[in-house]
Amino acid sequence: MQKNSTANILLVALIICIACSVIVSAAAVVLRPMQVANKALDQKVNILQVAGLWQQDQTVEQMFTNIETRLIDIEDGEYSQLFAQDEFDQRQAAKDAQLSIALTKEQDIANINRRENYAKVYLVKEQDQVVRYVFPVHGYGLWSTLYGYVTLESDLNTIYAIKFYDHKETPGLGGEVDNPRWQAQWQGKKLFDPEGAVAFQVKKGNVQANDVRAQYQVDGLSGATLTSNGVTNMFHFWMGENGYQKFIQRHADMEDV
Amino acid sequence: MSGESKQVILDPLVDNNPITLQILGICSALAVTTTVSAALVMCIALTSVTALSNASISMIRHHIPSNIRIIVQMTIIASLVIVVDQILKAYAYEASKTLSVFVGLIITNCIVMGRAEAFAMMNPVSISFMDGVGNGLGYSVVLLVVAVIRELFGSGSLLGVTILPLVNNGGWYEPNGLLLLPPSAFFIIGLMIWAIRAWKPTQVEKPEFKINKVENL
Repeated sequence: MQKNSTANILLVALIICIACSVIVSAAAVVLRPMQVANKALDQKVNILQVAGLWQQDQTVEQMFTNIETRLIDIEDGEYSQLFAQDEFDQRQAAKDAQLSIALTKEQDIANINRRENYAKVYLVKEQDQVVRYVFPVHGYGLWSTLYGYVTLESDLNTIYAIKFYDHKETPGLGGEVDNPRWQAQWQGKKLFDPEGAVAFQVKKGNVQANDVRAQYQVDGLSGATLTSNGVTNMFHFWMGENGYQKFIQRHADMEDV
Repeated sequence: MSGESKQVILDPLVDNNPITLQILGICSALAVTTTVSAALVMCIALTSVTALSNASISMIRHHIPSNIRIIVQMTIIASLVIVVDQILKAYAYEASKTLSVFVGLIITNCIVMGRAEAFAMMNPVSISFMDGVGNGLGYSVVLLVVAVIRELFGSGSLLGVTILPLVNNGGWYEPNGLLLLPPSAFFIIGLMIWAIRAWKPTQVEKPEFKINKVENL
C-alpha cells in the first residue's frame, strides 16, 4: 500500500487514535482512585488547619475524628438530612438550579450569581461539646472567586481562623490573603455589632487600636483594595440574611453567651 | 555513551538551547517560574514528554503519511501530556495544583512539537529519545535559573525554605514584587540571552536588513 494513499492515511489515523485513546483512558481509570483520595485529603487538611486541629504527627483521619460534618439548610437555618454528607458537593450545588437560588442584584453583594440552598458545616468537638464551627464561604475578589473557610467560636460571633483554599488573586498583592501573619489578626475579631448587623470589615489601611470599631476590623492588604473589599463583601453576604444568619441566630441563642 | 548521543544531549544545553537560541517555549517559562519547586516539576514533565514523544514518533516515522504528520504528532503529544497530568494529580497533588493548566499547555509547547517535526521524523528511535532528553534539559536549565532568581528575590526563599527573611514576616528583606509577576521572566530571559550571546558570539543572528547608505544626494 502506498504511504500517502487515502486508504493508508485513514488506516494510520485510526490506529493512532485507538492506541492513544487506550493509553489515555487506561491512565485515567487506573489513577482515578488516587486522585479522588488526594482531593478529599487536601480538603480535609484545609478544614483541619482552619479548625485549629492540624498537627504534624497525626494522621488526617485521626484528627478528623474530632470533627462532625453536618449539612445545614441555609434558608431556615436548621440541620438537614437531605443528603449524606459525602454525596453533597457544595460547589456543584451552587450551579444546580434545583439546589440553589439566583440572587438579585441587591442581594448579590459577594458577586456569586447563585447561592446554594445547603451548606456543609464542620463542628469541632471537644468532649462532645461543640467548641467551634467551620463555615464554607466564597465571593469574588479582583480576578477570581475566592473559596475559603471561616471558623467561628461557639458564640458564633468571634472569629477563630480563616483560610482560602482556592483563588487566583495577584501573587504578592491580593494573593497575600494566604499570608499567615495577615490571617492571624482575624482571631478574636467580632462579626456582628450589638444590633446583630454584620459589622466586620477588612479596612483600607491599618486598624487604629483606639477606634471603637477596631474589634470588627482587620488591616487591609496594601495594594489589593479590591481583593480586600471582596473579602469584606463575602462576609457581609455569608453572615447576612441570605447567608448563615438564620443558622447563627438559632444556634447562638442556645449557648449561654 | 557514543559521541553522537552525547552531542545531542549536551548541544541543547547552551550551544543550541531551545529557549535562548531558538526562542521556543517562552510562554511556560513565564508562567511557572515563580517558585523553584513548580519549575522543577514542570521541567521533569516537559523532559519526559519530549523524550517519549520523540521516541514514539520516531518509532512510527516510516508509516506516518506526510500530509497528516502534524496531526499524528499532535495526537501522540497530547496523549502523553494527559497521561503526565493524570500521574501528577495522583502522585504529586500539591505540585499539580500550583501548575494547574500549565501541564496541559505542554501540548502547545513549541519545543515538543519542534523536536518531533525537526528531529524525530528523520532519525532512529534511540537518538531521537536522547534528543528529547537533551532539549528537555536545555529548557530545564533556563527555567531553573529563572526560577531561582525569581523565588530568591521575589519571595526570599528557595524551594520554600526561607533564605532572605521578609519584612512581612519580621525580617529585613523587602521583596521585589515585580519578580512575582510574569513580565519579570521576560527581563531575566532577555538578560540571559544577552549574556550567552556575549559569551558565544556565533549565536548572534545576522541582521536581516542592512541600511543602505545613500550617498551623493
